[in-house]
Amino acid sequence: MSKDNSQIKKTKPLARKKTLVAYSFILPNLIGFLIFTFIPIVFSLLLSFCEWDSGNPIKFVGLKNFIVMFTKDSSFWIALKNTLYYTIVTVPVTMAFALFLAILMNKPLKGRVFFRSVLFFPYIASLVAVAVVWMALFNPDRGPVNSLLLAVGITNPPRWAASTTWAMPTIIGLTVWKGMGYYMIVYLAALQGVSAELYEAASLDGANKWKQFLHITWPSVTPTTFFILMMLMVSTFKSYDTMYITTQGGPGEATKVLAYHIYNSAFVSSKFGYASAVAMVLFGIIMVVTLIQFKGEKKFTSYL
Amino acid sequence: MSEINYKTTASAVKTVLIYTALILMAFIMLIPFAWMISASLKLEKDVFSFPIVWVPSDPQWNNYLEIWNKVPLLTGFINTAKLTMFTTILQLLTSSFAAYAFAKLEFKGRDTLFMLYVMTISIPWQVYMVPQYKLMTWFGLTDSHLGLILMHAFTAMGVFLMRQFFVSIPNELLEAARIDGLSEYGIWQKLMLPLSKPAIATLCITSFTFEWNDFMGPLIYLSSQKKKTIQLMLRMFNTQYSSNYAQIMAAATVALIPVLILFVFLQRYFVEGVASSGIKG
Repeated sequence: MSKDNSQIKKTKPLARKKTLVAYSFILPNLIGFLIFTFIPIVFSLLLSFCEWDSGNPIKFVGLKNFIVMFTKDSSFWIALKNTLYYTIVTVPVTMAFALFLAILMNKPLKGRVFFRSVLFFPYIASLVAVAVVWMALFNPDRGPVNSLLLAVGITNPPRWAASTTWAMPTIIGLTVWKGMGYYMIVYLAALQGVSAELYEAASLDGANKWKQFLHITWPSVTPTTFFILMMLMVSTFKSYDTMYITTQGGPGEATKVLAYHIYNSAFVSSKFGYASAVAMVLFGIIMVVTLIQFKGEKKFTSYL
Repeated sequence: MSEINYKTTASAVKTVLIYTALILMAFIMLIPFAWMISASLKLEKDVFSFPIVWVPSDPQWNNYLEIWNKVPLLTGFINTAKLTMFTTILQLLTSSFAAYAFAKLEFKGRDTLFMLYVMTISIPWQVYMVPQYKLMTWFGLTDSHLGLILMHAFTAMGVFLMRQFFVSIPNELLEAARIDGLSEYGIWQKLMLPLSKPAIATLCITSFTFEWNDFMGPLIYLSSQKKKTIQLMLRMFNTQYSSNYAQIMAAATVALIPVLILFVFLQRYFVEGVASSGIKG
């Protein structure tokens, strides 16, 4: 016992010094992280139970924000519906393109670096710039896309971002075009990890390309698919900058999404408590999606 | 003999198909940029003429001169360059510093703290942008570059990325350095940083492109004209001169150039960064 004590006494100053050194490494980042990220996150949760507009002090109102949101705010439901629409179309289309391109690129090709660069570049290009170009191309009256459609005999081309029906597909098109190169590279990295011997063995056994895809490629990239699925869903759920830049959520409320509703409630209507409540719903959705995918990933990739 | 012929023909057809598909996709990716550059060199009345004239016979280089006077684009450039530089440096220093402790030092509370970082990675900014704005108002950091720099410099993603890389550096190297009398700070500076060039490149590129392209942050935080960033200036051009497509396209081209240059020279690091971590904030 006494021996143990002396042992502790001996090591204590050293351990303390070690801890001090370690914290000196962490603190510069940790302080910034706590103040600018972590506290706002906690604050967001608290604020969602409060009423706070610019002039008046914060007032605790319990569940009022959520009750108003679910029962009285038709904009919230429209935004939720639009967010789901945007996500449900964007995610699978982007993934399909990304995987298709990755499979094409997973071969010794001439100009591979060129193709990879060209497909990837839109991802890192400024959204404001490419959105401006996209809107000009799809200008309903004069844009080259509709000029082309008219020229090939389509007399009544869609009015794209100016139409309540076509505004969302236009934005989805822009999102898919901009993002697929990124996910292609993630898929490509996964495909390069699949051993070529598997394919050789399969083709000796007489499996055609489709069978090889189904039984080798697809199962091998399942973990990547889950990873991409999660990343894409989080990124589409939170997205509103594209809508802000292209359509301002319109026409009407056709492209108003949840994150846009948060932005509007806070920075246009100055309802900070209410905006935080909507943010909590967004957060909840993202958490649920993440959890489901966590479970799903474990279940579907266990046989590998 | 015919068997071999059949096989080579089939694989030739396949190769042609692959190239056709890739060229088609590359075409789709490039057309908007090609149209942008082409339109930026046209007279306004010719921008939407159809069929499209891809190479204007009389290129209007003047468009590229006039845009600087219409909207203070240069101010935007300088402001964005400043924000980008400071955010990137601060992020690189503090996250590699913290990552060293998380990866290589043992201390109480390490795993709990690291969990705290990891947990916030998947929480999007949109969830906490409102209270964050209120906090920044209290600190008097709205409409200031410092506010934006501080908001963007301490990301969980940066710490995570550096830590994952540091973990892969063998402990034996560190032990040898300790025996040679290097302090922990010396190890960070003389051993970890030089060995982590790929991770540093990835972090710098990620931070640079994020900051250069960021629109919503500056939109919410910066209100005075002289502090606005290039993306806000581009947006302003688009709304104030909305019928002047040729010059809007010139401004868009100019705003894209820095990232394009960086990409051309460092595209390997861009791609490796995505491929290795597959994660971006």
